[in-house]
Amino acid sequence: MADDERGTAADGHPVGEGEGLEAAGKKGPKGKWTRRAFIGAGTLTGGGLVLGVGGVVFAPNRLRIGPEPEGGTGQLTTWIRITPDNSVIVAIPHCEMGQGALTGIAMMMCEELDADWSLVRIEEALARDEFANGYVMRAFVDEAGFSLPGWFERAFGYAAYKVADLAALQMTGGSSSTRGTGQYGMRIAGAAAKEMLLEAAAERFDVPVEELTARDSRVSHGPTGRSATYGELATLAATKKVPNRPALKTRDQYRLVGTSQPRHDIPSKVVGAAQYGIDVTLPDMLYAAIAASPVFGGELSSVDSAPATAMAGVHEVVELPDAVAVVADGYWQASQALAALSPRFTDAGMGDASTETIYAAHVAALDEEGPGESQSGAASTVAAEYRVPYLAHATLEPMSATARVADGRCEVWAGTQDPLNARRVAAGAVEMDVDDVVMHNQQLGGGFGRRLTGSFDYIEQAVRVAKAVAPRPVKMIWSREEDMGHGYYRPFVVARLRSDLDADGRPLSWTSRFTGSRLGDGGAATPPYAIEDVDIGVVAPPQYLRTGSWRSVAFSQHGFFVESFVDELAHAAGRDPVEYRASLLSHEPRHLAVLHRAVQMANWGGALPEGRARGVAVVEAFGSIIAEVAEVSVEADKTIRVHRVDAAVDCALVVNPQQALTQVQGGVHFGLSAALFHEITVRNGVVEQRSFPDYPMIQLANAPRVNVEFIASDGPIGGLGEPGVPPIAPAVANAVFVLTGQRLRTLPLRLA
Amino acid sequence: MIDLTLNGVPTRLDVADGTPLLWAIREQAALTGTKFGCGIGACGACTVHIDGVAVRSCVTLVESVAGRSVTTIEGLAPVGSLHPVQEAWIEDQVPQCGYCQSGVIMAVTALLERDPSPSDEELEATITNICRCGTYERIRGAIRSLAQTTEP
Repeated sequence: MADDERGTAADGHPVGEGEGLEAAGKKGPKGKWTRRAFIGAGTLTGGGLVLGVGGVVFAPNRLRIGPEPEGGTGQLTTWIRITPDNSVIVAIPHCEMGQGALTGIAMMMCEELDADWSLVRIEEALARDEFANGYVMRAFVDEAGFSLPGWFERAFGYAAYKVADLAALQMTGGSSSTRGTGQYGMRIAGAAAKEMLLEAAAERFDVPVEELTARDSRVSHGPTGRSATYGELATLAATKKVPNRPALKTRDQYRLVGTSQPRHDIPSKVVGAAQYGIDVTLPDMLYAAIAASPVFGGELSSVDSAPATAMAGVHEVVELPDAVAVVADGYWQASQALAALSPRFTDAGMGDASTETIYAAHVAALDEEGPGESQSGAASTVAAEYRVPYLAHATLEPMSATARVADGRCEVWAGTQDPLNARRVAAGAVEMDVDDVVMHNQQLGGGFGRRLTGSFDYIEQAVRVAKAVAPRPVKMIWSREEDMGHGYYRPFVVARLRSDLDADGRPLSWTSRFTGSRLGDGGAATPPYAIEDVDIGVVAPPQYLRTGSWRSVAFSQHGFFVESFVDELAHAAGRDPVEYRASLLSHEPRHLAVLHRAVQMANWGGALPEGRARGVAVVEAFGSIIAEVAEVSVEADKTIRVHRVDAAVDCALVVNPQQALTQVQGGVHFGLSAALFHEITVRNGVVEQRSFPDYPMIQLANAPRVNVEFIASDGPIGGLGEPGVPPIAPAVANAVFVLTGQRLRTLPLRLA
Repeated sequence: MIDLTLNGVPTRLDVADGTPLLWAIREQAALTGTKFGCGIGACGACTVHIDGVAVRSCVTLVESVAGRSVTTIEGLAPVGSLHPVQEAWIEDQVPQCGYCQSGVIMAVTALLERDPSPSDEELEATITNICRCGTYERIRGAIRSLAQTTEP
């Protein structure tokens, strides 16, 4: 562990199996994951305590406690600082994109520290290796023994990853922040710091530590009435032995966790002061507009820059391998000059691709699999083909990044969900050592997976353009049309499902064959229902558009397939869809509980206005289980309208209820825009959609009321950023079937 | 060169005719609270007030605001204070990513100025801003709580 003039020696101790780590200990097939973490602590310049927790397996030397090597701010790169003025400053290795996780994670730390919440300040950790959140991986490992999220497989290859790469993840995705970093990192940091503060007070007051109590950033000794603030004790506390097994609270001891607290990032967002990537402004900065090949894989073959360079304010036309950019004094000038160009791109042999040819290729891949055989003894068989389109993330803030290449260094200002990997991409693009690249991560105007690992084309472009106009900084902004046409889309998937039913309509078998490239999708495709013979298989179709992680990833597609198809089975059996599901879920009490609660909230079976019907779906994703009931009507022009959604959620523990609620409500609205409207189509190799008019969003006028209730359970804490999304499409489709008799098996839902 | 009143201050912006007001506000006036979302007036992230009326600045040319009064999110309330709508937005914890909210707040303040108790129909017809995070429940709730407090 490094030592320096600002921080005194930091000590490292392995942490044993505290309550918070217990669940993380499941061994996967690789057997390399351990439950050990390291705590280090030291003194701050000017007094105070600094304490951090790191994952020892991933990064044995990660707990360096030292100041910034440059900039001279003296900020220490660890998780908690307690300063003599009694402030608690917490640095969190996740980005804020509206999910409120920073506030929630800080609450978990504060709970264990027994600090005064009003004295806690939150910082987003810098994009440096010291902040890498190995704990994120642990959240996934915890869930299924050894299951890695889809984005991860694409980023590194399922078999080829290295532990070293894992250690360098500082990403925000997979609904992992609270259940990973919060549960397994921050709580331990808070508990360890509290024990050191108690030890310090015991020495100062010369009393047994058992007689002390810690509360609201103060340690008190009841018998003598003496007390001291954490700030007063922090410097002494830093000399105390770091506890290797800090005692963690049980959930019934929580005072702060479970109460609604305002988010730290909101005040700046209502006055226009919050700085997003697109808002970064540097002295002497230029602006760039860019057009990449409209066909993926295409390269820039030629461009006559004269029409642009003749225009006022234009500095440079920059040719990249697959794009052309115009750099000007202002963005409007740059975009107008770009529009004046007629760049020619190759079509990478994809000029004939269309949604129809893509669909045909998927069908052909599935056809090779063959239909399979029905079980003997089956009274009937139900089979159906489902299909979902490519989808864009369409974050409201288009992709943008600001970069400066000067003095042998490259600096990047952008909003990403994974700043460490973005930094690596930038380094590669300008052929610099990664240590010479500084990533200044900004707030995100929406992420939803678009700004995750493997989707950093905008970073790469910006640094290349900056290199071309070095040393001046340049801010590159994508037009909405560029953004819509150059996504990392949710994959197009065709799925064939089949089930043999016995004479009572119970499923004897469940077969799912779907197109996709990811092993991990199998989990999402597996029904939770008690079915003897479940057979899940994926076939790999040819790839066309670039694909990526889209809020709730494979669950958004397979949630639709599974929960629509089980509804088909219920109707084929002539049974109520809720009763049918429940009869197959007796082994899954948490599923049953959310299902029963949601239908109760929605008054399932109760009277409805003329022309309305209800549909239901229940999906487990990212450690949480959500049942949603949608109340739906079909207008005279066949518009599907959703009036009300009732959602019951089991994420085990709700940290910040008011925030948890909005994640579910937002997830429902996000999923509903996709269910009713969204489709990315391809013509002549090019994405056809351009902007919001042809990729419409739910707005206030058609946003349904979403009632949400949480059910507490004892399980490991579940994620909430994504699980609200998957159930809504099947819930609506199932209601539409009741209303019209039409089983809509293709998204977006459109009535014939 | 355009002369206008920007957030109550007489301002001269050195920008060519034909430039959308949005980019003049963001780049020349360095007020980045007004956001770019689509450039075609579809999403509402760029909403500002021109003489008190909510307008989408990405499709408003700068020359059309010469001599007029433009208010952005930064000028909605005097420095150091909050407009009641902004207060309600904090109270009800409306924003998620927050990128659309400057525009939503500008649209809502203009509406409530005109009609302190808008009907559901009026609300839905007027507030057409896109929020990708799906904060509509909280937007509705915050407006309703404002409408109640302004009722006699």
